[in-house]
Amino acid sequence: MKAKFLVPLFIFLLLAGFLGYGLKLNPREVPSPLIGKPAPAFRVPQLQAEDKSISPEDLKGRVWLLNVWASWCISCRYEHPVLVDFARNSPVPIIGLNYKEVRGDGALDVKGIDPATELATARQRARQWLVEHGGDPYMVSAVDLDGRIGIDYGVYGVPETFLIDQQGVIRYKHIGPITPESLRDVLIPKIAELQRAS
Amino acid sequence: MIPELGHFSLILALILAFVQGVVPLVGASRNRLALMSVGRTAAQGQFLFIAFSFGCLTWSFINSDFSLQLAASNSHSATPLIYRITGVWGNHEGSLLLWSMSLALWTVAVTVFSRNLPEIFMARVLGVLGLVSSGFLLFLLVTSNPFDRILPGAPEGRDLNPLLQDPGMIIHPPLLYMGYVGFSVAFAFAIAALLSGRMDAAWARWSRPWTTVAWVFLTAGIAIGSGWAYYELGWGGWWFWDPVENASFMPWLLGTALMHSLAVTEKRGAFRSWTVLLAIGAFSLSLMGTFLVRSGVLTSVHAFATDPARGLFVLALLVVVIGVSLTLFAWRAPTLAGGGSFGLVSREASLLGNNVLLSVACGSVLLGTLYPLFIDALNLGKISVGPPYFETVFVPLMTPVIVLMMIGPFVRWKGDDGNRVLRKVVPGLVASVVLGIGGAFAIGHVTWRTALGLSLAAWVLIGSVQILWQRLADRQGAGTGSRLRGIPAAWWGMWFAHLGIGVFIIGVALVGSLNSQIQVKMLSGDTAQLAGYTFTFRGVADAPGPNYAAARATIDVSRGGVKFATLTPEKRFYEAQGMPMTEASIDIGPLRDVYVNLGDQLEDGAWVVGLFYRPFISWIWVGCTLMALGGIFAAADRRYRRLAEREAPAGAARQAA
Repeated sequence: MKAKFLVPLFIFLLLAGFLGYGLKLNPREVPSPLIGKPAPAFRVPQLQAEDKSISPEDLKGRVWLLNVWASWCISCRYEHPVLVDFARNSPVPIIGLNYKEVRGDGALDVKGIDPATELATARQRARQWLVEHGGDPYMVSAVDLDGRIGIDYGVYGVPETFLIDQQGVIRYKHIGPITPESLRDVLIPKIAELQRAS
Repeated sequence: MIPELGHFSLILALILAFVQGVVPLVGASRNRLALMSVGRTAAQGQFLFIAFSFGCLTWSFINSDFSLQLAASNSHSATPLIYRITGVWGNHEGSLLLWSMSLALWTVAVTVFSRNLPEIFMARVLGVLGLVSSGFLLFLLVTSNPFDRILPGAPEGRDLNPLLQDPGMIIHPPLLYMGYVGFSVAFAFAIAALLSGRMDAAWARWSRPWTTVAWVFLTAGIAIGSGWAYYELGWGGWWFWDPVENASFMPWLLGTALMHSLAVTEKRGAFRSWTVLLAIGAFSLSLMGTFLVRSGVLTSVHAFATDPARGLFVLALLVVVIGVSLTLFAWRAPTLAGGGSFGLVSREASLLGNNVLLSVACGSVLLGTLYPLFIDALNLGKISVGPPYFETVFVPLMTPVIVLMMIGPFVRWKGDDGNRVLRKVVPGLVASVVLGIGGAFAIGHVTWRTALGLSLAAWVLIGSVQILWQRLADRQGAGTGSRLRGIPAAWWGMWFAHLGIGVFIIGVALVGSLNSQIQVKMLSGDTAQLAGYTFTFRGVADAPGPNYAAARATIDVSRGGVKFATLTPEKRFYEAQGMPMTEASIDIGPLRDVYVNLGDQLEDGAWVVGLFYRPFISWIWVGCTLMALGGIFAAADRRYRRLAEREAPAGAARQAA
């Protein structure tokens, strides 16, 4: 057996090694520059309680999750049952960020809609969606009508989930729908670690 | 009930595939004819069961059986019939079933059209194909069962991705898979040859038509995919260097090299181990393409579901199939050395040069495609590799390929006089460069890339005329008509395919240098200008379809005050998926396409309209059609049928000697 005839096999095995390792990586996962930075501030109306507002300030001292969702988001439908299930005995509060509920929906004609109508429409649609999809897993949902909070948090796809610590610092960002596996293997251990640290 | 029958049938197909994979190989090693002949029957039975299974799945889609998980996720009762059928392969599980069915179809074709092969060789070929098929059927049944139920059934399906609800979906995946999977035949022939140690001219002759037909399918599949992307993705591009496009292009490059290498092996007995390696490589890249699409290791528009378990299974399959083949190659190939010797100036040398260049080009595409993965795996960060890399690397590699491609046919086999060849080709080469640079000045776009593209295209056209002329001059005496008729189909195949590359390059060069586009805001009655054309916006009306709502714009296109086309781009909203889609409208012409798409409506009621001018873009697909046509001519050459019968015993005798 001459050595040169082994070269193709060797190259292939090297390639296969990389491919195998690649299975463990997620090419969609772009590290967020916000990790390790304070969660951007906001204060916007709540979804359910009409006269109340919500801000990250209100959660200082607690570890919490910020989950970006919308009723027009297809992947959110897959994620939702997982969240509802998790919320039943979640060690941390889940705050929803209802993202561009009205404007983000390509099916709606919202040219020139006034802010009060937009907020009312958003509330009505989002609440109905929660009812139809198995309940409300969120302690509170913030309503981000124009998507400005989304821009501050670097949201580029819904759903996304941020893990924020007691000092209000973003510790982790999950892109795409949360699955039972990602909860079990990543989010829950990270939450536990943050809670131990305090 | 019907899905369960399909599932059961698929299990039977797996058992038969396994029988087909093991029994004939055992028969071949023990020289037992009865065992060897099992392969044929098993292969045909396997095909019947897979086809039945595929039929069951299609039936469930057509009848909107939403208790079937796959139909519920990828179909909708309001979807037109044709897209309920194509929805069968518009998903991971169904496309794999289509993959397996193509493999079974190719195997049956081998059992039917290669009846004259020696029984022992046929047994090995069918055995290899059976093992590959077992792997894929096992993958289907274990990780990706298309017949999973959801109980109770869904009231309505989630519909097929609107991007896939397009005529392109009807033929692009089946053709592409026939091409991908078709290389499995050349692969099986190569492995059978390694197993038997028999690798002579007869072996190459058996492999050639199969390889060529697979290549034709792949060419057509890629071309249709590119045309589909052009009109469906809505921004007028025709090739994106997307990982999955690359995954289909890499086997094409190696398959092209393989076709030419097989020619040399058949005619001169040279390059034998190199030919075998190319056959293994072309099929390996087809498998790797499947892995890249199915596993989600790379981001791509084509990735359906990404599931690590599936990725691991395909990777394991890849390692077993390719690893075993390459080990066998390393073990047996050293015995294949030798073959006809040839000089530096010879047809063999020019073909070898091009094969090496094509392989390097293929390697560079592989490197660019996997580079983000390498960098990520080595913890060096996240990057993406875009068209600039591919264009920078690809153009310099393909330039000598095109030049050599038209020189090769002038050069004699074995050895030739360099000066004689130079005398033949230099005038044409000089004329091409002059024409190319002149052409770049004439169209007012003087960049080195335009000049290079036009020169290469001119060289292919001039060379083609010259080759035909020489071919006719070589046959003195008879009239031109009978001399033309005397040229074998395989020669015409070569001529048309090479001419097609010239036509293709004209399209690429001109669309790359002369295209233009603008985005404008338009209200009813507004006009816009682009590349000498006037576009008049006539307003937007509702145009609902069966499973979508749509706004359809009417835009008149005129030139020099004369209206010649009315374009009607649409913006659709697919209800079930909640997805907006743009449907471009194109006026196709031989020298240019005028392409219009409709964007969003703005607050003041105006619409965003994209206007595109794409000169010579249809030449790209005319070129591909010529290439595919060339392949068909080559595969249809009579001598394959005649010689397959006569040469088989002669080849065997030569091997013995």
